[in-house]
Amino acid sequence: MKKLFVFFISFFLILSSKALAYSSDPKEFITELVGEVIENLSDKSIPSEDKAKFIEKIALENVDIKALSLYTLGEIRKSSSKSDLTKFQSSFEKYFLKSLTSRLTDYSSSRFEVIEAEQKSSNYTIVSSIIKPDDGSPDIKIDWRIYTKNPEKPLIRDLIVEGLSLARTQKEEFASILSSNNNDLNFLINKLEEFLKN
Amino acid sequence: MIPKKIIVLSICTIFLTNVFSKAKAAEECFEKVSRPIFKFNMAFDDAIMEPVAKGYNKLPEAIKSGAGNFTSNISTLLTIPNNILQGNIKDLGHSVGSFFINSTLGVLGIFNPAEKIGLKANKEDVGQTLGAYGIGAGCYFVLPILGPTTLRDAVGLYADSFVDPFAHITIREKELFNISGNEIDYFSVKGTTAIDFRSDNISNFDNLEKNSIDLYSSIKSIYLQDRENKIKNSNINAEDEWGNLDK
Repeated sequence: MKKLFVFFISFFLILSSKALAYSSDPKEFITELVGEVIENLSDKSIPSEDKAKFIEKIALENVDIKALSLYTLGEIRKSSSKSDLTKFQSSFEKYFLKSLTSRLTDYSSSRFEVIEAEQKSSNYTIVSSIIKPDDGSPDIKIDWRIYTKNPEKPLIRDLIVEGLSLARTQKEEFASILSSNNNDLNFLINKLEEFLKN
Repeated sequence: MIPKKIIVLSICTIFLTNVFSKAKAAEECFEKVSRPIFKFNMAFDDAIMEPVAKGYNKLPEAIKSGAGNFTSNISTLLTIPNNILQGNIKDLGHSVGSFFINSTLGVLGIFNPAEKIGLKANKEDVGQTLGAYGIGAGCYFVLPILGPTTLRDAVGLYADSFVDPFAHITIREKELFNISGNEIDYFSVKGTTAIDFRSDNISNFDNLEKNSIDLYSSIKSIYLQDRENKIKNSNINAEDEWGNLDK
Protein backbone atom coordinates (compact mmCIF):
# COMPACT_ATOMS: atom_id res chain seq x y z
CA MET A 1 0.00 0.00 0.00
CA LYS A 2 2.80 2.36 0.97
CA LYS A 3 4.63 1.54 -2.27
CA LEU A 4 1.53 2.32 -4.24
CA PHE A 5 1.18 5.65 -2.43
CA VAL A 6 4.85 6.55 -3.12
CA PHE A 7 4.39 5.55 -6.74
CA PHE A 8 1.35 7.82 -7.17
CA ILE A 9 3.07 10.74 -5.46
CA SER A 10 6.19 10.30 -7.61
CA PHE A 11 4.07 9.99 -10.74
CA PHE A 12 2.22 13.21 -9.87
CA LEU A 13 5.49 15.06 -9.12
CA ILE A 14 7.04 13.94 -12.40
CA LEU A 15 3.98 15.08 -14.31
CA SER A 16 3.88 18.47 -12.59
CA SER A 17 7.59 19.10 -13.01
CA LYS A 18 7.34 18.11 -16.66
CA ALA A 19 4.50 20.54 -17.17
CA LEU A 20 6.42 23.43 -15.64
CA ALA A 21 10.01 22.78 -16.72
CA TYR A 22 10.82 24.58 -19.92
CA SER A 23 13.84 24.34 -22.16
CA SER A 24 16.94 26.30 -21.15
CA ASP A 25 17.39 27.51 -24.73
CA PRO A 26 15.80 31.02 -24.80
CA LYS A 27 14.01 30.45 -28.11
CA GLU A 28 12.61 27.08 -27.05
CA PHE A 29 11.83 28.46 -23.59
CA ILE A 30 9.54 31.15 -25.02
CA THR A 31 7.98 28.79 -27.58
CA GLU A 32 7.07 26.25 -24.90
CA LEU A 33 6.00 28.75 -22.26
CA VAL A 34 3.78 30.88 -24.51
CA GLY A 35 2.39 27.75 -26.15
CA GLU A 36 1.27 26.47 -22.77
CA VAL A 37 -0.18 29.84 -21.75
CA ILE A 38 -2.16 30.14 -25.00
CA GLU A 39 -3.45 26.59 -24.61
CA ASN A 40 -4.63 27.32 -21.07
CA LEU A 41 -6.20 30.70 -21.86
CA SER A 42 -7.98 29.37 -24.95
CA ASP A 43 -9.58 26.52 -22.99
CA LYS A 44 -13.12 27.68 -22.32
CA SER A 45 -13.72 24.88 -19.82
CA ILE A 46 -11.18 26.38 -17.38
CA PRO A 47 -12.77 28.93 -14.99
CA SER A 48 -11.30 32.49 -14.96
CA GLU A 49 -10.07 32.12 -11.36
CA ASP A 50 -8.06 29.02 -12.29
CA LYS A 51 -6.63 30.80 -15.32
CA ALA A 52 -5.57 33.71 -13.09
CA LYS A 53 -3.87 31.29 -10.67
CA PHE A 54 -2.12 29.58 -13.55
CA ILE A 55 -0.83 32.91 -14.93
CA GLU A 56 0.42 33.92 -11.47
CA LYS A 57 2.26 30.62 -11.05
CA ILE A 58 3.86 30.83 -14.48
CA ALA A 59 4.88 34.46 -13.88
CA LEU A 60 6.36 33.78 -10.45
CA GLU A 61 8.47 30.96 -11.87
CA ASN A 62 9.54 32.47 -15.17
CA VAL A 63 9.61 36.26 -14.82
CA ASP A 64 12.44 37.92 -12.92
CA ILE A 65 10.01 40.08 -10.93
CA LYS A 66 12.63 41.04 -8.35
CA ALA A 67 15.02 42.44 -10.97
CA LEU A 68 12.13 44.07 -12.80
CA SER A 69 11.09 45.87 -9.63
CA LEU A 70 14.63 47.20 -9.14
CA TYR A 71 14.82 48.29 -12.77
CA THR A 72 11.56 50.21 -12.54
CA LEU A 73 12.91 52.16 -9.57
CA GLY A 74 15.82 53.56 -11.59
CA GLU A 75 18.63 55.32 -9.75
CA ILE A 76 16.61 55.70 -6.56
CA ARG A 77 17.17 52.03 -5.78
CA LYS A 78 20.80 52.88 -4.96
CA SER A 79 19.88 55.42 -2.28
CA SER A 80 16.92 53.58 -0.74
CA SER A 81 17.15 51.65 2.51
CA LYS A 82 17.01 47.86 2.43
CA SER A 83 13.76 47.77 4.37
CA ASP A 84 12.09 50.22 1.97
CA LEU A 85 13.31 48.19 -0.99
CA THR A 86 11.95 44.98 0.52
CA LYS A 87 8.58 46.65 1.14
CA PHE A 88 8.56 48.01 -2.41
CA GLN A 89 9.45 44.65 -3.94
CA SER A 90 6.65 42.95 -2.08
CA SER A 91 4.08 45.56 -3.22
CA PHE A 92 5.48 45.55 -6.75
CA GLU A 93 5.14 41.77 -7.04
CA LYS A 94 1.46 41.91 -6.09
CA TYR A 95 0.90 44.88 -8.40
CA PHE A 96 2.66 43.12 -11.28
CA LEU A 97 0.66 39.92 -10.87
CA LYS A 98 -2.63 41.79 -10.58
CA SER A 99 -2.05 43.87 -13.69
CA LEU A 100 -0.73 40.85 -15.62
CA THR A 101 -3.78 38.70 -14.88
CA SER A 102 -6.06 41.65 -15.63
CA ARG A 103 -4.37 42.19 -19.01
CA LEU A 104 -4.76 38.54 -19.96
CA THR A 105 -8.40 38.20 -18.91
CA ASP A 106 -9.64 39.48 -22.26
CA TYR A 107 -7.38 37.15 -24.19
CA SER A 108 -8.74 36.21 -27.59
CA SER A 109 -7.47 33.34 -29.65
CA SER A 110 -4.18 33.95 -31.46
CA ARG A 111 -1.41 32.09 -33.18
CA PHE A 112 2.10 32.55 -31.84
CA GLU A 113 5.31 32.25 -33.76
CA VAL A 114 8.88 32.65 -32.55
CA ILE A 115 10.97 34.23 -35.29
CA GLU A 116 14.54 34.39 -34.01
CA ALA A 117 16.76 34.80 -31.00
CA GLU A 118 19.66 37.23 -30.79
CA GLN A 119 22.20 37.00 -28.02
CA LYS A 120 22.96 40.56 -26.91
CA SER A 121 25.48 39.64 -24.21
CA SER A 122 26.31 36.73 -21.95
CA ASN A 123 23.40 37.85 -19.75
CA TYR A 124 20.77 38.78 -22.31
CA THR A 125 19.10 37.26 -25.33
CA ILE A 126 16.28 38.94 -27.23
CA VAL A 127 13.72 36.49 -28.60
CA SER A 128 11.58 37.96 -31.38
CA SER A 129 8.08 36.67 -31.91
CA ILE A 130 4.82 37.49 -33.64
CA ILE A 131 1.26 37.11 -32.44
CA LYS A 132 -1.26 36.64 -35.22
CA PRO A 133 -4.75 37.33 -33.84
CA ASP A 134 -7.42 35.03 -35.23
CA ASP A 135 -9.87 37.94 -35.56
CA GLY A 136 -7.90 39.39 -38.47
CA SER A 137 -6.36 42.28 -36.47
CA PRO A 138 -2.83 43.26 -37.49
CA ASP A 139 0.04 41.05 -36.31
CA ILE A 140 1.70 42.10 -33.06
CA LYS A 141 5.47 42.00 -32.83
CA ILE A 142 6.74 41.04 -29.39
CA ASP A 143 10.38 40.89 -28.31
CA TRP A 144 11.24 39.11 -25.07
CA ARG A 145 14.26 40.18 -23.06
CA ILE A 146 15.57 36.96 -21.56
CA TYR A 147 18.06 37.00 -18.70
CA THR A 148 20.47 34.12 -19.18
CA LYS A 149 23.01 34.60 -16.39
CA ASN A 150 22.02 31.15 -15.17
CA PRO A 151 22.00 29.25 -18.50
CA GLU A 152 19.95 26.45 -16.94
CA LYS A 153 17.14 28.76 -15.87
CA PRO A 154 16.32 31.60 -18.29
CA LEU A 155 14.06 34.32 -16.94
CA ILE A 156 11.93 36.96 -18.66
CA ARG A 157 12.87 40.50 -17.72
CA ASP A 158 10.95 42.59 -20.24
CA LEU A 159 8.40 42.46 -23.03
CA ILE A 160 8.83 44.86 -25.92
CA VAL A 161 5.49 45.12 -27.70
CA GLU A 162 5.78 46.80 -31.12
CA GLY A 163 8.94 48.50 -29.92
CA LEU A 164 7.42 49.70 -26.65
CA SER A 165 9.17 48.33 -23.59
CA LEU A 166 6.74 47.51 -20.79
CA ALA A 167 9.53 47.75 -18.21
CA ARG A 168 10.64 51.16 -19.46
CA THR A 169 7.04 52.44 -19.49
CA GLN A 170 6.63 51.25 -15.90
CA LYS A 171 9.95 52.80 -14.90
CA GLU A 172 9.01 56.18 -16.38
CA GLU A 173 5.60 56.06 -14.75
CA PHE A 174 7.21 55.43 -11.35
CA ALA A 175 9.86 58.10 -11.99
CA SER A 176 7.14 60.67 -12.58
CA ILE A 177 5.33 59.74 -9.37
CA LEU A 178 8.58 59.82 -7.40
CA SER A 179 9.81 63.13 -8.81
CA SER A 180 6.49 64.81 -7.97
CA ASN A 181 6.77 63.55 -4.40
CA ASN A 182 10.36 64.33 -3.32
CA ASN A 183 11.55 60.87 -4.42
CA ASP A 184 9.70 59.39 -1.45
CA LEU A 185 9.65 55.63 -2.04
CA ASN A 186 6.98 55.16 0.62
CA PHE A 187 4.64 57.39 -1.36
CA LEU A 188 5.04 55.06 -4.35
CA ILE A 189 4.52 52.00 -2.14
CA ASN A 190 1.27 53.55 -0.84
CA LYS A 191 0.17 54.22 -4.43
CA LEU A 192 0.76 50.55 -5.30
CA GLU A 193 -1.14 49.44 -2.21
CA GLU A 194 -4.04 51.73 -3.16
CA PHE A 195 -4.09 50.14 -6.62
CA LEU A 196 -4.20 46.66 -5.06
CA LYS A 197 -7.21 47.59 -2.92
CA ASN A 198 -9.27 48.70 -5.93
CA MET B 1 14.66 81.38 -57.04
CA ILE B 2 14.32 79.49 -53.73
CA PRO B 3 10.81 79.80 -52.28
CA LYS B 4 10.60 82.01 -49.17
CA LYS B 5 8.90 79.23 -47.17
CA ILE B 6 11.81 76.85 -47.77
CA ILE B 7 14.26 79.48 -46.53
CA VAL B 8 12.18 80.08 -43.39
CA LEU B 9 11.90 76.34 -42.79
CA SER B 10 15.66 75.88 -43.21
CA ILE B 11 16.40 78.72 -40.77
CA CYS B 12 13.99 77.18 -38.26
CA THR B 13 15.72 73.81 -38.71
CA ILE B 14 19.18 75.29 -38.05
CA PHE B 15 17.81 77.18 -35.03
CA LEU B 16 16.17 74.03 -33.67
CA THR B 17 19.35 72.01 -34.19
CA ASN B 18 21.33 74.45 -32.06
CA VAL B 19 18.76 74.96 -29.36
CA PHE B 20 17.30 71.51 -28.85
CA SER B 21 19.93 69.00 -29.91
CA LYS B 22 20.92 68.48 -26.28
CA ALA B 23 17.47 68.87 -24.74
CA LYS B 24 16.16 65.91 -22.82
CA ALA B 25 12.83 64.63 -24.10
CA ALA B 26 11.68 63.60 -20.64
CA GLU B 27 11.64 67.21 -19.46
CA GLU B 28 8.24 68.82 -19.31
CA CYS B 29 7.57 72.25 -20.80
CA PHE B 30 4.65 73.07 -18.54
CA GLU B 31 3.33 69.98 -16.78
CA LYS B 32 0.85 72.03 -14.74
CA VAL B 33 -0.91 73.01 -17.96
CA SER B 34 -0.38 69.70 -19.77
CA ARG B 35 -2.05 67.60 -17.06
CA PRO B 36 -5.39 69.50 -17.20
CA ILE B 37 -5.25 69.39 -21.02
CA PHE B 38 -4.64 65.64 -20.76
CA LYS B 39 -7.72 65.32 -18.51
CA PHE B 40 -9.73 67.28 -21.06
CA ASN B 41 -8.48 64.99 -23.84
CA MET B 42 -9.46 61.91 -21.81
CA ALA B 43 -12.95 63.37 -21.30
CA PHE B 44 -13.14 64.10 -25.03
CA ASP B 45 -12.06 60.53 -25.72
CA ASP B 46 -14.69 59.11 -23.33
CA ALA B 47 -17.46 61.28 -24.75
CA ILE B 48 -16.66 61.19 -28.46
CA MET B 49 -13.68 59.19 -29.71
CA GLU B 50 -14.27 55.93 -27.86
CA PRO B 51 -18.00 55.63 -28.67
CA VAL B 52 -17.32 56.53 -32.32
CA ALA B 53 -14.45 54.02 -32.47
CA LYS B 54 -16.66 51.31 -30.95
CA GLY B 55 -19.34 52.07 -33.55
CA TYR B 56 -16.70 52.03 -36.28
CA ASN B 57 -15.60 48.58 -35.12
CA LYS B 58 -19.10 47.27 -35.76
CA LEU B 59 -18.82 48.13 -39.47
CA PRO B 60 -18.14 45.27 -41.88
CA GLU B 61 -14.44 44.35 -42.02
CA ALA B 62 -14.27 45.30 -45.73
CA ILE B 63 -15.37 48.88 -45.01
CA LYS B 64 -12.94 49.24 -42.10
CA SER B 65 -9.98 47.91 -44.01
CA GLY B 66 -10.94 50.00 -47.07
CA ALA B 67 -11.07 53.16 -44.95
CA GLY B 68 -7.78 52.26 -43.24
CA ASN B 69 -6.07 51.59 -46.57
CA PHE B 70 -7.44 54.77 -48.12
CA THR B 71 -6.21 57.09 -45.33
CA SER B 72 -2.93 55.22 -45.12
CA ASN B 73 -2.38 55.67 -48.87
CA ILE B 74 -3.02 59.42 -48.58
CA SER B 75 -0.54 59.67 -45.70
CA THR B 76 2.10 58.22 -48.07
CA LEU B 77 2.03 61.61 -49.79
CA LEU B 78 3.62 63.10 -46.67
CA THR B 79 6.01 60.16 -46.36
CA ILE B 80 7.48 60.63 -49.89
CA PRO B 81 8.96 64.14 -49.40
CA ASN B 82 10.26 63.09 -45.99
CA ASN B 83 11.98 60.03 -47.51
CA ILE B 84 13.67 62.48 -49.90
CA LEU B 85 14.61 64.91 -47.10
CA GLN B 86 16.10 62.00 -45.14
CA GLY B 87 17.93 60.70 -48.21
CA ASN B 88 16.38 57.29 -47.65
CA ILE B 89 16.30 55.93 -51.20
CA LYS B 90 15.16 52.40 -50.34
CA ASP B 91 12.16 53.66 -48.35
CA LEU B 92 11.45 56.21 -51.07
CA GLY B 93 11.17 53.36 -53.60
CA HIS B 94 8.73 51.55 -51.31
CA SER B 95 6.64 54.69 -50.72
CA VAL B 96 6.45 55.77 -54.36
CA GLY B 97 5.78 52.22 -55.58
CA SER B 98 3.17 51.62 -52.90
CA PHE B 99 1.39 54.92 -53.61
CA PHE B 100 1.20 54.41 -57.38
CA ILE B 101 0.15 50.76 -57.23
CA ASN B 102 -2.46 51.33 -54.53
CA SER B 103 -3.83 54.50 -56.18
CA THR B 104 -4.30 52.71 -59.49
CA LEU B 105 -4.67 48.92 -59.09
CA GLY B 106 -5.88 49.45 -55.52
CA VAL B 107 -8.75 51.72 -56.67
CA LEU B 108 -7.69 55.05 -55.12
CA GLY B 109 -6.03 53.27 -52.24
CA ILE B 110 -9.06 51.35 -50.99
CA PHE B 111 -7.15 48.10 -51.52
CA ASN B 112 -3.51 47.43 -50.73
CA PRO B 113 -2.08 45.25 -53.54
CA ALA B 114 1.36 46.86 -52.99
CA GLU B 115 1.77 45.04 -49.68
CA LYS B 116 1.18 41.72 -51.40
CA ILE B 117 4.20 42.29 -53.64
CA GLY B 118 6.35 43.36 -50.69
CA LEU B 119 6.05 47.16 -50.93
CA LYS B 120 5.38 48.88 -47.62
CA ALA B 121 5.46 52.61 -46.94
CA ASN B 122 6.69 53.31 -43.40
CA LYS B 123 5.04 56.53 -42.30
CA GLU B 124 7.35 59.51 -42.05
CA ASP B 125 6.68 63.13 -41.08
CA VAL B 126 8.71 66.30 -40.64
CA GLY B 127 9.13 65.66 -36.89
CA GLN B 128 10.83 62.35 -37.75
CA THR B 129 12.95 64.04 -40.41
CA LEU B 130 14.11 66.66 -37.90
CA GLY B 131 14.88 63.81 -35.50
CA ALA B 132 16.85 62.02 -38.22
CA TYR B 133 18.87 65.26 -38.65
CA GLY B 134 19.89 64.93 -35.01
CA ILE B 135 17.51 67.47 -33.54
CA GLY B 136 16.53 66.53 -30.01
CA ALA B 137 12.88 66.11 -29.05
CA GLY B 138 12.88 69.13 -26.78
CA CYS B 139 10.44 69.27 -23.93
CA TYR B 140 7.20 67.35 -23.76
CA PHE B 141 3.70 68.76 -23.59
CA VAL B 142 0.10 67.88 -24.45
CA LEU B 143 -1.99 69.63 -27.08
CA PRO B 144 -5.79 69.84 -26.84
CA ILE B 145 -7.42 67.08 -28.93
CA LEU B 146 -4.15 66.31 -30.78
CA GLY B 147 -2.56 64.79 -27.67
CA PRO B 148 1.08 64.26 -26.66
CA THR B 149 3.90 65.99 -28.49
CA THR B 150 7.32 67.54 -28.06
CA LEU B 151 8.66 70.88 -29.17
CA ARG B 152 10.32 69.28 -32.20
CA ASP B 153 7.22 67.30 -33.15
CA ALA B 154 4.95 70.33 -32.75
CA VAL B 155 7.16 72.32 -35.14
CA GLY B 156 7.15 69.26 -37.41
CA LEU B 157 3.36 69.04 -37.27
CA TYR B 158 3.08 72.63 -38.47
CA ALA B 159 5.73 72.08 -41.15
CA ASP B 160 3.85 68.96 -42.35
CA SER B 161 1.17 71.20 -43.78
CA PHE B 162 3.78 72.81 -46.08
CA VAL B 163 5.45 69.56 -47.11
CA ASP B 164 2.36 67.38 -47.51
CA PRO B 165 0.93 67.57 -51.07
CA PHE B 166 -2.47 66.51 -49.72
CA ALA B 167 -2.50 69.49 -47.32
CA HIS B 168 -1.40 71.67 -50.23
CA ILE B 169 -4.45 70.80 -52.34
CA THR B 170 -6.93 70.74 -49.47
CA ILE B 171 -6.28 73.22 -46.67
CA ARG B 172 -4.37 75.54 -49.00
CA GLU B 173 -6.87 74.88 -51.80
CA LYS B 174 -4.13 74.80 -54.48
CA GLU B 175 -4.27 72.66 -57.61
CA LEU B 176 -1.88 69.82 -58.30
CA PHE B 177 -2.20 67.77 -61.51
CA ASN B 178 -5.70 69.22 -61.88
CA ILE B 179 -6.70 67.84 -58.46
CA SER B 180 -7.92 70.09 -55.68
CA GLY B 181 -10.02 69.85 -52.56
CA ASN B 182 -10.91 71.80 -49.47
CA GLU B 183 -10.45 71.84 -45.68
CA ILE B 184 -13.34 69.41 -45.17
CA ASP B 185 -11.50 66.78 -47.23
CA TYR B 186 -8.36 67.27 -45.15
CA PHE B 187 -10.05 67.07 -41.76
CA SER B 188 -12.28 64.16 -42.87
CA VAL B 189 -9.21 62.11 -43.75
CA LYS B 190 -7.37 63.10 -40.54
CA GLY B 191 -10.49 62.36 -38.47
CA THR B 192 -10.94 58.94 -40.10
CA THR B 193 -7.25 58.16 -39.49
CA ALA B 194 -7.70 59.00 -35.79
CA ILE B 195 -10.85 56.89 -35.47
CA ASP B 196 -9.23 53.97 -37.31
CA PHE B 197 -6.25 54.11 -34.92
CA ARG B 198 -8.51 54.42 -31.86
CA SER B 199 -10.67 51.49 -32.97
CA ASP B 200 -7.59 49.28 -33.41
CA ASN B 201 -6.52 50.06 -29.85
CA ILE B 202 -9.70 49.90 -27.79
CA SER B 203 -8.58 47.04 -25.56
CA ASN B 204 -4.99 48.37 -25.36
CA PHE B 205 -6.26 51.74 -24.11
CA ASP B 206 -8.67 50.10 -21.67
CA ASN B 207 -5.89 47.93 -20.27
CA LEU B 208 -3.54 50.84 -19.93
CA GLU B 209 -6.18 52.95 -18.21
CA LYS B 210 -7.07 50.12 -15.85
CA ASN B 211 -3.51 49.23 -14.89
CA SER B 212 -1.76 52.59 -14.72
CA ILE B 213 -1.07 54.36 -11.49
CA ASP B 214 -0.29 57.55 -13.41
CA LEU B 215 -1.83 57.32 -16.87
CA TYR B 216 -0.38 60.68 -17.94
CA SER B 217 3.18 59.38 -17.42
CA SER B 218 2.46 56.02 -19.08
CA ILE B 219 1.16 57.72 -22.20
CA LYS B 220 4.11 60.12 -22.19
CA SER B 221 6.54 57.18 -22.02
CA ILE B 222 4.75 55.29 -24.80
CA TYR B 223 4.65 58.39 -27.02
CA LEU B 224 8.36 59.13 -26.56
CA GLN B 225 9.40 55.49 -27.13
CA ASP B 226 7.26 55.30 -30.25
CA ARG B 227 8.73 58.49 -31.71
CA GLU B 228 12.26 57.31 -30.87
CA ASN B 229 11.62 54.02 -32.71
CA LYS B 230 10.10 55.77 -35.71
CA ILE B 231 13.07 58.11 -36.02
CA LYS B 232 15.52 55.21 -35.80
CA ASN B 233 13.27 53.10 -38.05
CA SER B 234 13.87 50.31 -35.61
CA ASN B 235 12.10 48.55 -32.78
CA ILE B 236 15.25 47.69 -30.92
CA ASN B 237 15.55 49.55 -27.66
CA ALA B 238 18.83 50.75 -26.25
CA GLU B 239 20.29 48.54 -23.56
CA ASP B 240 19.39 51.35 -21.16
CA GLU B 241 19.95 50.44 -17.54
CA TRP B 242 19.55 46.68 -17.91
CA GLY B 243 23.24 46.29 -18.53
CA ASN B 244 24.30 47.61 -15.12
CA LEU B 245 21.43 46.24 -13.08
CA ASP B 246 23.44 43.26 -11.92
CA LYS B 247 26.66 45.13 -11.14
